[in-house]
Amino acid sequence: MLFVSNLTKKFGDLTVFDGFNLDLPRNGFTVLVGPSGCGKSTFFDVLTGVVPKANGEIIWLEEKLSHLRGKAAYMQQKDLLLPWLTLIENALLPIKVTKRSGNAEKKARFLFKRLGLDGFENYPPQKVSGGMRQRCALVRTLMFEHELVLLDEPLSALDAITRRSLQSILLLLQSEFNKTLLMITHDVEEALLLADEVLVLSSQPMQIRERFVLNTLKPRQGDEAQLLKIKLHILQELQAEVAHEMV
Amino acid sequence: MKWSSCIALAVVLLILAIWETACRGFSIPDFILPTPSRIMVVAVLQAPLLLRHGAITGLEILIGIGLSLLMAVPLATLMFAHRSLEKALAPFLVVSQAVPVFALAPLLVIWLGYGIASKVLMAAIIIFFPITVSLLEGYKSCGNDYIMLFRLMGAGFWRTWRLLYWPWALPYFFAGLKVGVTVATIGAVIGEWVGAQGGLGYLMIQANARLNVEMVFAAILWLSLMGLSMWALVGILERKIIRWR
Repeated sequence: MLFVSNLTKKFGDLTVFDGFNLDLPRNGFTVLVGPSGCGKSTFFDVLTGVVPKANGEIIWLEEKLSHLRGKAAYMQQKDLLLPWLTLIENALLPIKVTKRSGNAEKKARFLFKRLGLDGFENYPPQKVSGGMRQRCALVRTLMFEHELVLLDEPLSALDAITRRSLQSILLLLQSEFNKTLLMITHDVEEALLLADEVLVLSSQPMQIRERFVLNTLKPRQGDEAQLLKIKLHILQELQAEVAHEMV
Repeated sequence: MKWSSCIALAVVLLILAIWETACRGFSIPDFILPTPSRIMVVAVLQAPLLLRHGAITGLEILIGIGLSLLMAVPLATLMFAHRSLEKALAPFLVVSQAVPVFALAPLLVIWLGYGIASKVLMAAIIIFFPITVSLLEGYKSCGNDYIMLFRLMGAGFWRTWRLLYWPWALPYFFAGLKVGVTVATIGAVIGEWVGAQGGLGYLMIQANARLNVEMVFAAILWLSLMGLSMWALVGILERKIIRWR
């Protein structure tokens, strides 16, 4: 569905990634984990056209593109809600920007209900909790109506309990809304709880170092023996990467 | 009343008390330095005259604010939209402030006459700079993450301006406007000094020529109150519009 081939990005003499390949299946949940500064966010920047690629191909639904702007929804660590708009107005921002009409508000209200924001539609973002703000940002992401959703550490700024509840909401994106998800996270356990496929990345130039396909049913528990084993292995891999970088 | 307001009030009262005592103690004549109490009496007793001239100065300032807003908002926006325009116009903006407004006043009176127009333009020139610079800085302070979000949504510049840049820059705009309205009196009064048929500046020049120093001080008091009222009004407007802060 999304096919990235031989993607290259350099900043002067610094090669962030060179010949990077990725193949995302439709309705899959793929998570990228890697050491800090390995180029994960730059990879998303290239995918979304924030920075231009030096080389390589991005193929989306068999169409060759220079970037995925207008084709993918993107959610970042910060909720980026506008304080002068209410929660529902923030969620409807993609509609306002693209001047789309139809039953957008009805859909937004349904999503508010589904994600536990019912009754908070007219609240300003600064009057609700971080978890609610992030859920609102998630509704805004869904309002893009793109099949592909890019998530750049969307839960990293949240406390453990809120994070857990939002993880289950991210699973809903896949199971109920049929989205194809590509997520970056530093949290290995989170990756193993959510992903169908975990890709462990190397330091720069970034490459896929190891691939884990997880077939067990979701929602998963973090204390499952197989997951613990993989978690330990990935952490050792990442520690080795960091140690190698320091040498 | 807040502590900070109490302290400010106490400082003002202390200065006035020292002034009053010094004038009485050293028997300073009224035509050199009148006592604050005498100034207050004149400011109240001559209120109809001061109000008539104050209305003229106030009108000049208000039209000046309107004119400067009409120039500053589009210019700051265009300079933000086109960085090359900012580079080209920035030296002219700086020059407009580097040339003292005192130097321009006689020329403006010659060009625009003794009527209200020259004073309006003087006030507008003074207000224009802080609003333009503040608004431009406000636009520039907009978070990159937000700009990127709008780009990913496919928003063009003007749609982003309406939904993001303008509301984002509003606190900066109001900060510039607050500075502008308080210094606007300077422009209007200087214009009236150079040549006018009315206004508090005109009244000050007339009173000064007759050694009516009490009236000069009373006009200054009225001007200060006008500046303070406009500053407060902008503050109220700011709180009404920027409700998310």
